[in-house]
Amino acid sequence: MKGPQLLEEQVGRLATRMGAVFPGERAVFRGQDLFTSLKDLDWLELYLFGITGRRYTPQQMRVLHVIWTHTSYPDARLWNNRVAALAGTARSTGSLGIAAALAVSEAMIYGGAPQLRCSEFLIRAKKMLDQGADLEALVRTELKEKRGIGGYGRPIVLTDERIAPIMAVVREQGLENGPHLRLAFEVERILLAGRWRMHMNVVGLDAALCADFGMSPREFNYFFIPVFLAGMPPCYLEAAEKPEGQLFPLPCRMMHYEGVPRRQWRR
Amino acid sequence: MESIHTRIWQEEAEPDNAFAAASCHCHGYDVYGDLLLHASWIEYLFLLFRGEAPSLAQARLLEGLALALANPGPRDAAVHAAMCGGVGGSTSASCLMAALAVGAGASGGAREVRLAMEDWLERGTDAARWQTGLAAKPAENPADVWPAPGHAPGFDPHGVRCTGPVRQTLAHLAGLGCGPSLPWLQAQRPLLESAAGLPLAMTGVAAAALLDLGFTPAQGEMLHLLLRLPGAAAHALEQKDYGHKKFPFFRVELENDPGPAGAGLNTEDRA
Repeated sequence: MKGPQLLEEQVGRLATRMGAVFPGERAVFRGQDLFTSLKDLDWLELYLFGITGRRYTPQQMRVLHVIWTHTSYPDARLWNNRVAALAGTARSTGSLGIAAALAVSEAMIYGGAPQLRCSEFLIRAKKMLDQGADLEALVRTELKEKRGIGGYGRPIVLTDERIAPIMAVVREQGLENGPHLRLAFEVERILLAGRWRMHMNVVGLDAALCADFGMSPREFNYFFIPVFLAGMPPCYLEAAEKPEGQLFPLPCRMMHYEGVPRRQWRR
Repeated sequence: MESIHTRIWQEEAEPDNAFAAASCHCHGYDVYGDLLLHASWIEYLFLLFRGEAPSLAQARLLEGLALALANPGPRDAAVHAAMCGGVGGSTSASCLMAALAVGAGASGGAREVRLAMEDWLERGTDAARWQTGLAAKPAENPADVWPAPGHAPGFDPHGVRCTGPVRQTLAHLAGLGCGPSLPWLQAQRPLLESAAGLPLAMTGVAAAALLDLGFTPAQGEMLHLLLRLPGAAAHALEQKDYGHKKFPFFRVELENDPGPAGAGLNTEDRA
């Protein structure tokens, strides 16, 4: 069946395995009763259950929580946070500012794109290594073909301050020997020894940990969507509490015009 | 001092206020002293993206495309999304953000237009290249935030024949004498549709038009997002007026229902 016949089958109905609300009665979440079977899940466990349909060990959950808490900075200069803060100074709503800031976090040089690239690379590299491939050759090929490896290098500074504190919790939970994590550090060693001089950034670490916890690249990507969220409301709030327009005001002189000279529109 | 670099915009400050512009020039033209008096909105739109004034033919083509895209109607997923905002009394901006998020996609949205424009840049007006390209299934990239396109960009994945509005738009825009893509598409439509196994969609016409206007795929994607907002806005406001009782909620068929209400809760908790 295809075309309009296929669409006709779906008119007016939602066939789903993900869940539904029965107003006044109950709610079902991925085949389980939200208020009974899932009542003891904390928010992040529920969020992950929604993405993967799987449950995680307490040790894994502790690490996943730390990935979140250590990746949210309330610094309004950061491009995504700045969107939330500008919404505050422009007297827009918190929801609009934060939703836009989250959407902006799906970027090419940070956030969304490097997360997926890194997770995909580590999972692929691990499989190829298991089949006897050489890691250094894999790294070289990846750099040649894609001009970089997501999760390595950083737009502003060389090192990532989040690695050490997250690794401390990973060790505390006895999860430091996962195969993708070891692979991620091995890739860093190769990148540092070569002319590339690239450190692993927190995306590399997080992608490796989540791969060790069984997440596919897309599952990791969705887990990461709100990873910067906790830093955004403070940026919005402070800007909204200060007098309007006080955040990053730009005088005309700050614009550096590099375009064509003045001219007249046709009459 | 840190500064914002721009080739688009130049301002002179008011003598007593560095934060207020006394004049604004866009790509060299005085916006409020010249463009406001002598240019149309569509010409200004073209200028903003391309950096040059459009020819009369280009302005007519962009105007025609803007009209064709302005309202895909309430059945379109992006407009549907905007109406979901409207019907619940959500903020106006959220209705448009909803339309943008959904209308960004590779199935009927701006991503599809961008991908189709990339195909045009690669294949030009070479029928053989189009046939080979359209015969290949769109590739999935697991490292891309965009889900894999499910069909050849520019064609209707569920269509039976090229619809009236698509044919009318293509015929009108192809007749405006601006660039080679639209007339070629008009002439080769049956061949391309046969290769794709699908009828041409509005996204395919938009891609050819945007290419003939000299826009890059990234500019085309942005313009497609922008030009489809008017309908989303109007329909969101309309549904707000009608109210949620007149808006479909649909029937759910839960395939893994664990059972009746309150299973596992004791009586006191339920009370």
